[in-house]
Amino acid sequence: MTPLLGARDLRRDYRMGRRGEVVQAVRGVSLEVPRGDYLAIVGPSGSGKSSLLNLLGAIDTPDAGELSIAGRNVVGMSDRELTDFRLRNIGFVFQRFYLLPVLTARENVELPMAEAGVPRAVRRARASELLAYVGLAPREHHRPTQLSGGEQQRVAIARALANRPALLLADEPTGELDARTGEEIIELFGRLNADGTTLVVVTHDEELASAARRVIHMKDGVIVVPREESPTRRIERE
Amino acid sequence: MRILLALAALRSHRVRTALAVLGVAVAAAMLLCMVMLSAGLRESFRELLLARGFQLRLSPRGTLPFDTEATISDASTIVQTLAAQPDVVTVSAVLGAQLHVEQGGEGVTTFALGVNPAAQGDYELLEGRDAKAPDALVANDAFLAAAGARVGDTLTFAAGYDPQLRSFSGERTMVVSGRARFLYLASGQSAVALELRVLQDMTGRAGSDEVSLFMVRLRDGADVEAVRAWIQEHVPRVDAISTAEAMQRVDERLSYFRQLGFILGAVSLIVGFLLVTTLMTVSVNERLGEIAVMRAMGVSRLHVIHQILLEGLAMSLAGGIAGLGLGLVTARYLNSILSAFPGLPEAIDFFLFQPRSAWTALGLLVLVGVAAGIYPSWRAATLPIAGALHEEAVA
Repeated sequence: MTPLLGARDLRRDYRMGRRGEVVQAVRGVSLEVPRGDYLAIVGPSGSGKSSLLNLLGAIDTPDAGELSIAGRNVVGMSDRELTDFRLRNIGFVFQRFYLLPVLTARENVELPMAEAGVPRAVRRARASELLAYVGLAPREHHRPTQLSGGEQQRVAIARALANRPALLLADEPTGELDARTGEEIIELFGRLNADGTTLVVVTHDEELASAARRVIHMKDGVIVVPREESPTRRIERE
Repeated sequence: MRILLALAALRSHRVRTALAVLGVAVAAAMLLCMVMLSAGLRESFRELLLARGFQLRLSPRGTLPFDTEATISDASTIVQTLAAQPDVVTVSAVLGAQLHVEQGGEGVTTFALGVNPAAQGDYELLEGRDAKAPDALVANDAFLAAAGARVGDTLTFAAGYDPQLRSFSGERTMVVSGRARFLYLASGQSAVALELRVLQDMTGRAGSDEVSLFMVRLRDGADVEAVRAWIQEHVPRVDAISTAEAMQRVDERLSYFRQLGFILGAVSLIVGFLLVTTLMTVSVNERLGEIAVMRAMGVSRLHVIHQILLEGLAMSLAGGIAGLGLGLVTARYLNSILSAFPGLPEAIDFFLFQPRSAWTALGLLVLVGVAAGIYPSWRAATLPIAGALHEEAVA
């Protein structure tokens, strides 16, 4: 069966400084993510986790390698094609939430649907439904500044799910949250995965990583120890 | 959603937006004033020339009307010649001179027009009767005030005065039969009008039948240039000036005004452009993370461009509309100052409001608003998503 996401020998170099010194952020990463998977990518700072996530999310272009998501080869797509592809297939959750402060929680969730041309009545109903799913039904008319960090992140997750993406990518989603709020997000991710969402999470948070089905370690731009879910953990989950 | 986002972004920094709108409003007001100034004086002068329907003015060869003291002799013959032209409806012969009046021990000197009251186009009667009798004249408010006279008073006028001998010549006792407003005279300039023949008698010009100019009214639809050419051929002693030619001469004399208006208008547009561009660039720089995330989510470049352009446009429109009101008030104030310049006809306006002026100013501002959003929107739309998110995270 074709995996939802398949990457082969992905490479990404950055030129830094005045002399244009080359930093090899991702050096030949290959991985597959089946539908319904929950993958955590861990590793020290500067190991290339976020760079890899940017490539997997098609918001950055690899210098070499192949990448297919939902059966589409995304390398070589034009900017317009990539933008539309992300809109309909990929959801993003970031460490800093990045909600638009001028919009309410519901309007933030509606934004990707509006861009996708979903009729207003439909997108309002779906936004309310998603906010209820993440436990924020009473706060849908609140602006981000009126919400706590955990609540903002839950709105960001609802926004990422707005267009029913095949793949949800999260970059340090608990990085700015306290332990208790972080646990709520971890619990929400578990629920999302149980409901069929495919998740790839980059994190330093061991608790978040341990909640994933699979964990891969990165160091110096490569996967160093692909670690499958332990039999004990699988039994616990089941 | 784009309009909502654009307006919400402006609302989120109310004070900054208000100050920027105020700045645009000042630039718009200046622009409107300059547009009104560049067209106002010309249009006002044209309306003045056509106010009484005379399309041609005949002055002594080589001069402009009342530019010199030169006169045209044998006026009655010229009137007869002109009347023979089938397109000519009315000919008004006008003589300009100075009259003196002694009132209460004080001497008052006034400008006097000798006209045919039935055909004249120099004044409009406000009160009383027209000067249709040899001993009657009409006067304006400035004269009545200077002479301390009222309609109905009898005064003794003289055409000449020798200050050394303190003696008058060409004296005549006349009744102020009416009060009039003179169209082509400066505000505050005292003036009277009386029958042409009477003024010619008083100034010693009756024998040679001298006048200063003729005003000619043509029938509707007549070819003014053709009649002008006909007059030049049949009355070679005069220069016939049509309203169009007079306007051309006015245009030449007003070219400095138009250049000044153009330069100041361009400056105000540039200031508005820089103001909106600066503000929009600052606003985009503050929202790089948000914009990068929007792009990551799948929001198109076109959407980002539209949103930033809409913000600039909304600011320019709000400033433009406020600026139109401010500009009208400013223009009225400046007009009251400039119109008081000595020697200018009372009816001349420097700033003439025309709906076209307002639309022109508003249209230019809309263009500037769109142009001002081009750089910031281009910057936002071409943002490298991953790089911007990385920089935001590091920051």
